[in-house]
Amino acid sequence: MITLSNINKTFRVARRQAGFGRAVKALFSREYELVHALRDVSFTIKDGEMVGYIGPNGAGKSTTIKIMCGILTPDSGLCEIDGRIPWRERIAHVSKIGVVFGQRSQLWWDVPVIDSFELIRDIYKTDEKTYKYNLEELTELLDLGEILKTPARSLSLGQRMRCEIAASLLHSPKVLFLDEPTIGLDAVSKIAVRQFIKKLNSERGTTVILTTHDMQDIEALTERILFIGKGRILFDGSLAELKKHSSRRKTLTIEYTGAAPEITEGMTLKEKKNGHLIITLDPEVLPVSDAIAYLAGKTELIDVSVSGITAEEMVAELYKEYQL
Amino acid sequence: MKLYMKYFSIQFKSQMQYKATFILNIFGRIVMSFATVASVLFMMVRFNEIEGFTVSQTLLCTSIVTMAFSLSEVFARGFDIFPRLLGNGEFDRILVRPRRVIFQVLASHIEFIRLGIFIQAVAVLCYAIPGSGVVWTWDKILTLFLMISCGGAVFFSLYIIYASFAFFTTEGLEFMNILTYGGREFGRYPYSIYGKRILKLLTYVVPLALIQYYPLLYLLDRVKNPFYIFTPVISLLFLIPSYAFFRIGLRRYKSTGS
Repeated sequence: MITLSNINKTFRVARRQAGFGRAVKALFSREYELVHALRDVSFTIKDGEMVGYIGPNGAGKSTTIKIMCGILTPDSGLCEIDGRIPWRERIAHVSKIGVVFGQRSQLWWDVPVIDSFELIRDIYKTDEKTYKYNLEELTELLDLGEILKTPARSLSLGQRMRCEIAASLLHSPKVLFLDEPTIGLDAVSKIAVRQFIKKLNSERGTTVILTTHDMQDIEALTERILFIGKGRILFDGSLAELKKHSSRRKTLTIEYTGAAPEITEGMTLKEKKNGHLIITLDPEVLPVSDAIAYLAGKTELIDVSVSGITAEEMVAELYKEYQL
Repeated sequence: MKLYMKYFSIQFKSQMQYKATFILNIFGRIVMSFATVASVLFMMVRFNEIEGFTVSQTLLCTSIVTMAFSLSEVFARGFDIFPRLLGNGEFDRILVRPRRVIFQVLASHIEFIRLGIFIQAVAVLCYAIPGSGVVWTWDKILTLFLMISCGGAVFFSLYIIYASFAFFTTEGLEFMNILTYGGREFGRYPYSIYGKRILKLLTYVVPLALIQYYPLLYLLDRVKNPFYIFTPVISLLFLIPSYAFFRIGLRRYKSTGS
């Protein structure tokens, strides 16, 4: 169980204008600017939940994660994970969590991955039985077999990420923090990683907290979304709710022969090519069926497809709405 | 300790991956550090003796300080490159692992290449011993051992202080080099030659003289008081303020993030 209530965090950032004179001046008196990284952040995550934590760059995602990992102390507010305050009981706390920073490696660069794993086992004081069991299972699920004997430096990004994830699960953590786990991966690796995380959550009941910019990750993985912007939690709920919350616009793509149809009220033209139209539709003004009927009356339709808003667009819209 | 050995072996394996680099580097450092010895020799040839210390006695001093310094370079490398650990996020990784922070910083960076200097210093020591006039009784050997090991600890403390500054500022750490590298460079000669004030500073503030000048006097039979054997042990007290300073820095890091 993870509880955050009214977490606040401000950073003091030194500011100075460009130019030599200013630089000299800054030596003696610095101007600081307070940046509110987190304001009154509160949420609860139950055991075994899988939560997607999204928001634009600089919104406060990493700060929250760092607080939950015990790296940072907040200015005020309470954070409890399994009854422990992360920054007070760092060692006890971190032995129960796993952390993957997508952009940084935790493996030793020049030695075979298995050597890193063994050192990690010793760091976490994992007993041999648990370690063996976990290693076998992870090797199978993440298809690590041959990779384990390769030095980390000669792995591809996808292989390395699989090893990173395995490395942070060797000690059977109850909570797993994933900071952009699919960044830079190719499609196949992304899918493999996603499937694994899903399985981990459903079979072992590991709580997973995932930050990402890839909305497909969110769509594929999480039931619940926490959306943060400018240090505040702006939305906490399911993806479906988020979709409802945002606009219900539909996108209509048609192919036709003959004259281009004129658009009518409730439609906006987005793209027009030879025999190919993309129209956005406001279903409250013009229902989808009426729109198709209207278009069919105007021209010879070959193909019609209707799509709802994608998660990607939805988030972009949210960013705009909150002026992030 | 067992875990330290594991860290030790993984890094040894890592660094052995590049054997040619490793050997060339050690060799290069040995050659390079002979320049240091040469400079002492040239000076001494001119002056014959400094404050009553002969060539061999000065070289003895040089080699001891160099050994102490290289020990700290090999084992406290993590603190030497600490600003880098903060910058690239490696320190965050350390914080999310269930072991003591200082232990992890120490264990995760062991620089075997720097052993080259140690080897060279041993050679210089062997060269200096016959001419130094020291009769190696057990108490002298103990003194020598304490000088090197406690000396390593004092340099290590200096590295911790250096690292702690990195929590507060990312620039302007160069002044610390006066104490670390400077301590080694000045330590080629007995600290007393730099004058009373410096000697006091190096006795009461940064206890480098406790590992060099005072026990050296005992080693060379200039004083008979066996208290001088143990002055290097007193210098270990210096670990306390440096550790405290590191804790303060760490607390600040946790509240500022970088």
